[in-house]
Amino acid sequence: MKNTVSTNTVSINTVSTSTVSTDTITGTRREVRRDILGAPALRPDGADKVQGKFAFSSDIWAEHMLWGATLRSPHPYARIVSIDLSAAFDIDGVEAIITAVDVPGKKTYGLISSDQPVFASDFVRYVGEPVACVAADHPETCRRALAAINVIYEVLTPLTDPERALLPETPKIHPDGNMLRYQKIICGDQTIQGEIIVENTYELGMQDQAFLGLEAAMAFPDSGGAGVDLVIATQWIHEDQKQIAACLDLPVDKVRVTLGGVGGAFGAREDISLQVHCCLLALKTSRPIKMQYSREESFYGHVHRHPAKIWIRHHATNEGIIQRIESKMVFDGGAYASTSAAVLINGITHIQGPYKCESATVHGFAVRTNNPPCGAMRGFGVVQACFAHESQMDKLAVACGLSPVEIRLRNAMRTGDKLITGQVIESVAPVERCIRETDAIPMPVPLARDANPLELVGGSGLTSLPQNIVRGVGWGVSIKNLMYSEKFDDYATARCQLHDGIVNLKFATAEVGQGFVVLAPQIARSVLGVDEVILDPVDTRIGSAGSTSASRQTWMSGGAVDGACRLVREQLFEHVGKIHNIDPLRLVIEDTDIVDMIGDFRISVIDASTGAHFDQTFEHHHRPTEELDENGQGNCHVAFAFVAHRAVVDVDVELGLVKVIQIATAQDVGRVLNPIAAIGQVEGGIAQGLGLAVMEEIVLDNGKIRNPSFTDYLLPTTLDMPDVIAVLIEEPEPQAPLGAKGIGEPPCISVTPAIAAAIRNATGRDLPRVPIRPQDICL
Amino acid sequence: MTVAVPTSLSDALAAIAQNPAAQIIQGGTDLMVEINFNRRKPTDVIALRRVLELREWSIAKDGSTITIGAGLPYAQMEDDEIARLVPALAQAARTVGSPQIRAAGSIGGNLGTCSPAGDALPVLSALDAIVHLRSSTGARNISVHEFMVGVKRNARAPDEIIVSVTLPIVTGWQGYAKVGVRNAMVISIASCCLAVDRTNSAIRIALGAVGPTIIRCRATEAWLTSQLDLSSVNTVSTNLLKEFGDRVAQEAKPIDDHRSTAVYRRHAVSTLAKRLLTRANTP
Ligand SMILES: Cc1cc2nc3c(=O)[nH]c(=O)nc-3n(C[C@H](O)[C@H](O)[C@H](O)COP(=O)(O)OP(=O)(O)OC[C@H]3O[C@@H](n4cnc5c(N)ncnc54)[C@H](O)[C@@H]3O)c2cc1C
Repeated sequence: MKNTVSTNTVSINTVSTSTVSTDTITGTRREVRRDILGAPALRPDGADKVQGKFAFSSDIWAEHMLWGATLRSPHPYARIVSIDLSAAFDIDGVEAIITAVDVPGKKTYGLISSDQPVFASDFVRYVGEPVACVAADHPETCRRALAAINVIYEVLTPLTDPERALLPETPKIHPDGNMLRYQKIICGDQTIQGEIIVENTYELGMQDQAFLGLEAAMAFPDSGGAGVDLVIATQWIHEDQKQIAACLDLPVDKVRVTLGGVGGAFGAREDISLQVHCCLLALKTSRPIKMQYSREESFYGHVHRHPAKIWIRHHATNEGIIQRIESKMVFDGGAYASTSAAVLINGITHIQGPYKCESATVHGFAVRTNNPPCGAMRGFGVVQACFAHESQMDKLAVACGLSPVEIRLRNAMRTGDKLITGQVIESVAPVERCIRETDAIPMPVPLARDANPLELVGGSGLTSLPQNIVRGVGWGVSIKNLMYSEKFDDYATARCQLHDGIVNLKFATAEVGQGFVVLAPQIARSVLGVDEVILDPVDTRIGSAGSTSASRQTWMSGGAVDGACRLVREQLFEHVGKIHNIDPLRLVIEDTDIVDMIGDFRISVIDASTGAHFDQTFEHHHRPTEELDENGQGNCHVAFAFVAHRAVVDVDVELGLVKVIQIATAQDVGRVLNPIAAIGQVEGGIAQGLGLAVMEEIVLDNGKIRNPSFTDYLLPTTLDMPDVIAVLIEEPEPQAPLGAKGIGEPPCISVTPAIAAAIRNATGRDLPRVPIRPQDICL
Repeated sequence: MTVAVPTSLSDALAAIAQNPAAQIIQGGTDLMVEINFNRRKPTDVIALRRVLELREWSIAKDGSTITIGAGLPYAQMEDDEIARLVPALAQAARTVGSPQIRAAGSIGGNLGTCSPAGDALPVLSALDAIVHLRSSTGARNISVHEFMVGVKRNARAPDEIIVSVTLPIVTGWQGYAKVGVRNAMVISIASCCLAVDRTNSAIRIALGAVGPTIIRCRATEAWLTSQLDLSSVNTVSTNLLKEFGDRVAQEAKPIDDHRSTAVYRRHAVSTLAKRLLTRANTP
């Protein structure tokens, strides 16, 4: 894989990341690279992960621990007639079995509305819903105990068609009803009819986050059951703490959550999975409990990306200028609410794409069915919207006789434009630049007639020769909101301590692979001129950091660490000023020294902080947002990021096989804080978007998952990954504490429609659904 | 669980004679997956990894056949000499899984599992391979067609070990092609092996993943023999190619499942067969 980074101001090899420092012993000045902001600093856990030494949550072990396991519903919809535990209790080694009656506090949980039972007691509403848990001395004992629990179900007809869920005559499958949320957007002139009108209905299948580190946790009970410690791989330890405490009926401070080693998240760890079960078993048995899911169980144990069906009609002038959008969007939320309500809002408020549009009529529905619950996944509702609006842009281009690039340039939004929600884009909005810079990236060399067959579509399957292959090119451009929306104050907290030239940072920010463990020290080094930065354990002994999601941690927790470090720096300057009788306002950090901007005083931060101790905590809040009104109007989002993707694919049209050859991308990142980490996000996101375009789908049959394994849920392999050529556009975002926008989600959003468009370009097919399967192309 | 680790074939045969219920493991790339999924819980295992006799391959003195040890890993079937003598086998071996899987997986295991999607099996079928079975009391050499009984079922007796397979070395083009939904590490959803035997003016076609077991297209073979002079490279007319494809499609018996549809599989296997026939007749 060849990847090059080129940016306008920073690239991996520039010396802007190096700095001169003075050797304190010899007094000579020498070039050293300090891992400050902008440097290609390496992850502290990178080598351990590659060598298999990193301890993931599933690697935790304790003396006298028991294993926990979960009994799950085999039916998509059924009434529980009875649960008989007696045979399971008789098994040697079984220490506890718990069901709904053993939940001491709230019987339900949920991120937005608390509608999901800790254990099903009356009805099961999806295949895999937890019914009971056991604790036993060995996983095999657990397995036998689960098999011995006798649940009698009255099987009911499941509701698996989201559109049927909308019909008034459809029976409600949950006391809260089948509509998780309805919201419309009514804006501008509702009567406009464009000279050009294009419409279609688009569909997306259910994608899985497919993180590699499976769900795992260990709970340690306090003696006497007064509290519990939980070590877990999760995305937001404070949210877990709050929800667990409510279900356990314990004060929040008696549930102490510590982040275990996380192997990826992508949204799938935002909801409660085994948290409450594990703590309950620990309290019940007074022993440490270890729980971990298998890959199959993981498919049942977490929420997925919402499948969606989107009808959309664009009205435009003959010149291709968009005048109005009409759309009906239906998101299948599955059995429980999770974050469906917020996903829906993201979907409808991004349906215009990164394009100006004055009028819109949008109806969005998130509905409840007996399919697996859906919730957060990288892109959060915008992936669905983007597939629809980008597919439409190509239709519009054809109808107007314009190229895919030209139609997008003509409509590209800018800072100051008004969205269909009435919100004005205040963020830096280099949409046009994203498109032009992507367009300027060289195309791959044409397919050689004598190419190595192993490198062609179909790979070692030797299905295709060059004469069977058609090359296609396609475009996708997207807009993505950053941080939480609709009035939510998802603040972040950080504490910085400085003593003897060493910084300790404490925060509750979940490291799920995004790289905050490398970024936080970079910030401290830049602000404070130190080199040694120690990260304290991530736990609930400090205020919330919010979730590691919504592309928000660099901005939010980065802002909190930056703020705490700046407060410490102020204290440090006051301290030095007092001792050396200099106005602290004249002091600045230069490399690892404190220097007087006016005089020639200079002291190293190490010397200045020796014997002293500075300690500051800072909360970073983003600017407030508003709820949407009845017509979908309101400043509901904090900020936005943009990206363009151009995909080149080779298609064996007759067999319907696809190989993506190149992805060119230019992404609006604000500022590159760490080029290696940035490229990691770009490439990873592209892999995930590629998966959705051509292979990743949870196949459902009447509510049942047919492919809950990596044998049959196909993820891209390295041989499916194309060359990625990325340009990182640096136009610092004034609102963002470090000038950097979130970069985690955008890479995976418009790459999917870009690949779909490239396949359409190669085949001439409509292909309104992703993932695109071989039979969609050739039959 | 007991694990016997014999270091010779005779020790292995003795072990299985003593306990025919024991589970044989070679590379473990099928068996360990079954065990991990709790689908199988063997109490006794006989590991053949250290039986070096099973990892050999040889060419008959008269050069007419090649014999591949049941434990020879796929990676070694990509060997230049094997690729020259039985190219279809080397190609099939190359399509299996990933480098890690090819370093461990074997023909013995492919036959033992007998999945219709097993990649070595269409090649064995097209070449009319002989499977050599041994027990402590004797040896059987049976045709691969008799060996493969049905979906994941074969004719091995509980106390038998698959020792090797023998394939003829044939003059004429041969090849293997496989369709999967990604570009590597993928289970076949349709595959085809086509082998021309110039000396006997014959052609053999076998299909994978489009029926309960590997399908030999004997009717199509017979028809094509009457249409084409197979003793040399021919120009295949468009009409002939189309009819050939249709006939292969008719012999396939695919199903709908979560991996693909019957309609697509039929189309894909017929397309592969046509492409292989074209390649066979490309000078
Ligand atoms: C990630 C992955 C990818 C894969 N990809 C492919 C693929 O692309 N194509 C494909 O065809 N297969 C694939 N497989 C399946 C597997 O690798 C093959 O079927 C392989 O040939 C099995 O060989 P083995 O030596 O590992 O068998 P084992 O797992 O050791 O054994 C399989 C079965 O055969 C029996 N057996 C093995 N050797 C003997 C013997 N000498 N005598 C009697 N019985 C025996 C065993 O008892 C067992 O029942 C894949 C597997 C994995 C895990």
